[in-house]
Formats: sequence, C-alpha cells, structure tokens
Amino acid sequence: MSAVAAPEPTPTPVTARSESRAARSERLRLLLRTPTVLIGVLVIGFWVFCALFPGIVCPYNPIFDNQLPTSEPPSWAYPFGTDTNGRDVFSRVLAGSRSVLLIAPAAVIIGTVLGTTLGLITGYFRGVVDDVTGRFIDAVLALPLIVTAILIVTAVGSSSRWVVALTIGLIFTPVISRTVRAAVLAEAELDYVQAARLRGERPPYIMFSEILPNVLAPIVVEFTVRLGYAIFAVATLTFIGFGVQPPSPDWAAQINQYYTFIDPYWWMTLFPALAIASLVVSVNLVADGVREVYER
Amino acid sequence: MTRFILKRIGLALITLFLLSVIVFAISTILPGNVGRSVLGPFATQESVDALNEQLGTNRPIIEQYWDWASGLVQGDLGTSLTLQVPAWDLLQPALENSLKLALVAFLICVPVSIVGGVIAGLRYGGITDKGITIAGISFAAMPEFVTGIILILIFGIWLGWLPVTAQAPEGSNLLTQVKYLLLPALTLTLVLFGYIARITRAGMIDALDSDYTRTAYLKGLPSSVVVRKHVLRNALLPTIAVVAVQVGYLVGGLVAVEVLFNYQGIGLLIYESAREKDLPLLTAGVLVVGIVYLIVTLIADILYAMLNPRIRFGTAE
Repeated sequence: MSAVAAPEPTPTPVTARSESRAARSERLRLLLRTPTVLIGVLVIGFWVFCALFPGIVCPYNPIFDNQLPTSEPPSWAYPFGTDTNGRDVFSRVLAGSRSVLLIAPAAVIIGTVLGTTLGLITGYFRGVVDDVTGRFIDAVLALPLIVTAILIVTAVGSSSRWVVALTIGLIFTPVISRTVRAAVLAEAELDYVQAARLRGERPPYIMFSEILPNVLAPIVVEFTVRLGYAIFAVATLTFIGFGVQPPSPDWAAQINQYYTFIDPYWWMTLFPALAIASLVVSVNLVADGVREVYER
Repeated sequence: MTRFILKRIGLALITLFLLSVIVFAISTILPGNVGRSVLGPFATQESVDALNEQLGTNRPIIEQYWDWASGLVQGDLGTSLTLQVPAWDLLQPALENSLKLALVAFLICVPVSIVGGVIAGLRYGGITDKGITIAGISFAAMPEFVTGIILILIFGIWLGWLPVTAQAPEGSNLLTQVKYLLLPALTLTLVLFGYIARITRAGMIDALDSDYTRTAYLKGLPSSVVVRKHVLRNALLPTIAVVAVQVGYLVGGLVAVEVLFNYQGIGLLIYESAREKDLPLLTAGVLVVGIVYLIVTLIADILYAMLNPRIRFGTAE
C-alpha cells in the first residue's frame, strides 16, 4: 500500500495513518524474525500461560501442604523434588510466575504514565520548571533503585503487592521522564508544533495530541527495558522479604524461604532461581530486539 | 579545567542538598505518624506520643529538617532507634566492609568486561560478538541473588572450591579474606559485565568506523598499532563514565548480595534496619549510599575531563 501512497502530492491523514500502520507491521515482522526475540516471546508466553491457568499445568497443589514425602530430591515422580512442607517444587515453580507478572507490569505502567506526563511537561515548557525537575531527578538517580524502594516501603509501613508496584513505578518516573523529555526537546523544534502553537492550540493539546504520538517509539523502547528492571526489582525485594509472602509460590518468596537450607536441599532454591532467570533474560532479549528495531 | 571542576563540585553539592530533602521527605513525611508507623497499629497512644517526642517528629516539618540537616553538616547522622548508638558508629565499619567487597568486585570486573567489550567490538557481527553480547545481556538482567545462588551451588557446594559465606573468620590474613569475598564479588562481576562490555563494544565500533582509523590503516600502520594507539584510546573514554554510574548500581546490588552471603556491609545494615523499622538508621544508611555515589561520579567526571583533551584544553564543555 505504501507504493500507491508515495506519489500523492498531499498526503491526507488517512494515508499517513496507513503508512504508520505499514511501518508498524514491518517492525513487528522484523522483531519476530530475530531468533532471540522469538525465543524470548515463547518463554514469556509460557509463563503467562502458567500464571493464567495454574490449575491446568500443576500436577499437585502448589500452595497447601500435600501428603507428599517431605524434602525428596528430584526424581521421576517429582522432577524438581519436594519441599520441607511436602509440596511438589515443580508445581510451585509453575505457579510461581503469577505475582511477579502482575506487579512488574503494573509498576511499569504507573511509571510510564507518570514519566511520560512529566517528560512532556518539562520538555515542552523547559525553563525553570525543567531545571528544577532536572536537579531533583539527578538527586533521585543518586540512589540505587532497591535502596530507595526499601526506604519507601519501610516508611509507608506496608509492603503489600500494590505498595511495591506503586513504589517501583514512582522510582521509574524520573528515569522515564528523562527519556521522554529528550525526545520532546527534539520534536518541539519541528514545524508542526510551531504551526499548532500559531493556530492558538492550548499546551495540553499540543503535548498530548501533537507531540505524544510522535515520541511513542522511545516510550515503547523504554517500557520494554523497564519491564526487565521491574521484574528484577520485584524479585529482589521479595527475596529480601518485602512484597509477596509465603506460602505464596512466588519464585523469590520460595528462595527467601529456603536459601539458608541450600546445602543439602539445593532443589528448593535452584529451580525457582532458574525460573526467574528464564523470565528476566527473555524480557531483556525482547527489549533488546525492540530497541534495535525502533532505533534503526 | 579548574572552572570545569569547580562547576562540577557545585552541582554535586546542589544534588546532595536535594538528595537530603528527598530522603528526609520519604522518611519523615511519608509515614504520616512516624511513631505509629514504627511501633505498629497495636501500640498504645502514649507510647506512640512518647516515641514521637523522643524523635522530635511532633514538631513542624521545616524545623525538623533544619535540625536534621544541621546535624548532618556537623557529621551527626542521627541515632539508631533499636541500638541507641550513633548511626555512624554502625555505618562506618559496614561501609568499610562494603568498599572491600566492591573493590574486589571491581578489580575483577573492569578488566574482564573491557577485554570482553574490546573483543566483541573487534569481531563486530561475528559469532564471538553475538556470544559476548547475549551473555552480557543475560547476566546483567538476572537479579544478583539468582546469579549468586547459581554460583554458590556450582563453586561452593558441588565443586567445593570456595566458601559460601563472605565473612572470613576473625583475624584471617588478606588472602583468606579475598578468598571469602570471591563468590560475592564474582556475582557482582557477572551482573556488571554486560553493562561495561556493551559500552566498550559500542565505543570500539564507533572508533573503528572513524576517519582517523581509516587514515591510520591507509598510511600503512600495522593493525595492532592502529588498535592500540588510535582505536582503544578513543573507545575507552565513554567506558569510564559508565563504570562510575555502575558504582551506584553496585551499592544497590550489594543489598541482595550481602543478604545472600550474610556479609556485614552497608547493604545488610540497610536491610536489617528496614526489618527492625529503625527509620533513623535506615535514613542515615540511604543517605550515605547516595553520598558515596555522588563522590564516585564526581571523581569519574573529573577523570574523564582530564583524559579528554577537548575538555582539558577548554575547547568544549
């Protein structure tokens, strides 16, 4: 369709839209042709499926104590062994993706919405607001994500999963706003923004209806990259005892419960650890592919 | 050059001030009622009031910040709630331990990552490059405690080569101490490898593609000389900036690693003070982490400026 649209002297909004749709499907095609992205998507898909239908995939009940023998090493009957409460570790690993797949995306959505808004405002208005926010962002970035998260969660006095999601989302806000701001700065110089300004459009309209659609690419990239960090952060917080608590089969919660018994009960810790590794690595492989496709 | 350094120091001081405001706001304003949030919902009102009185958290916010900040300027980081000793007395030995661990990690990590990045850059697009890049992304993506557990299992338990706790017995010599630190340091190394190698690789690719490299080749220099004298010098500059940023990350990563290996560093102290709801100690610990980060990035900025002739001779900022 782009071959037909190209020679038209004045492209109407309709052709512009179909061109952008063509670009989008082209990007998607490129993405799915990258082997690392494909592997990543398959692994993520597997864990999402497990999170949605734990009843179908788990051979035993993953949460309540079973009548299984306790602390059995891996065998044909229990491929990942059983834990000290007589639960099948294989079932618990399959059921363990659920909470992290809820919390991490929620955190990134919060961070992206807030960060995009802040980035649009600071990038569009610049001036004093931008300078002051920039300094504050520098200060926030001086603290490692986990350390800030621990401080906030302790100060709030609760580490329920939504507090954790909100905390990580808030910590992501400045970083995401930096990326969006940089894109907006370049965009605000272009003619269509000047034209909208001369037409007398209000700033919110210019920011959200004119500029935002044109800076979506860096936002998409940032979103996928942040998703990897969010899983990293949620898992780390859960591992040190904030966030989801036992008896939840959450991977990091399992590790928190059993890592001190790693010798000799290695299977209770290793398999959840490998599950986390498979998920974060997959998300990062996809994020890397997305970045490459969008930034070429 | 002097102007550049002074400007950077000024900026760092402003950032430090804002950092103190942010940390203060989170730890004092966010809980609403500090005494209640420390003692929990079942404490009596009297004990909550008494704690607020003792901490001074029933006074106006500005006054509290002023008191706290003027204490900071005089080196008073506050008093631990649970242990009733000055926070710095607990933080100082912990910080020393953490710096020891970070130093060992850095001495392994920086050379290995730079070599990895240089090789990947020289073999750009080949199998070696892809292998290094994917391994880097994968290790960088994994939470430290996951990498740590896998390393503990392989080197600590199955092969039995290295001790699984990081704390060397009291009074052991330097070599033994380093041996105990190897597993946690290796954990941090694997996580950092991806970041540093990636930037080095990008710097290499840029430098290899540049006009001056082509000129060097065309005037007949052997490729080892081109790489050493022309490519590396330019490619490694951005790496310095990244290494500094990663120090900040490193301190964050220390929390999980120190908890996993039960190592008495600042990460473990922050974790323990959070579990004990010792807000004054936690606040002080967080602030110290931020200050360490600011100092390291400041040093890196200055180092970068000294190595970069464009800044050294004042032709650019």
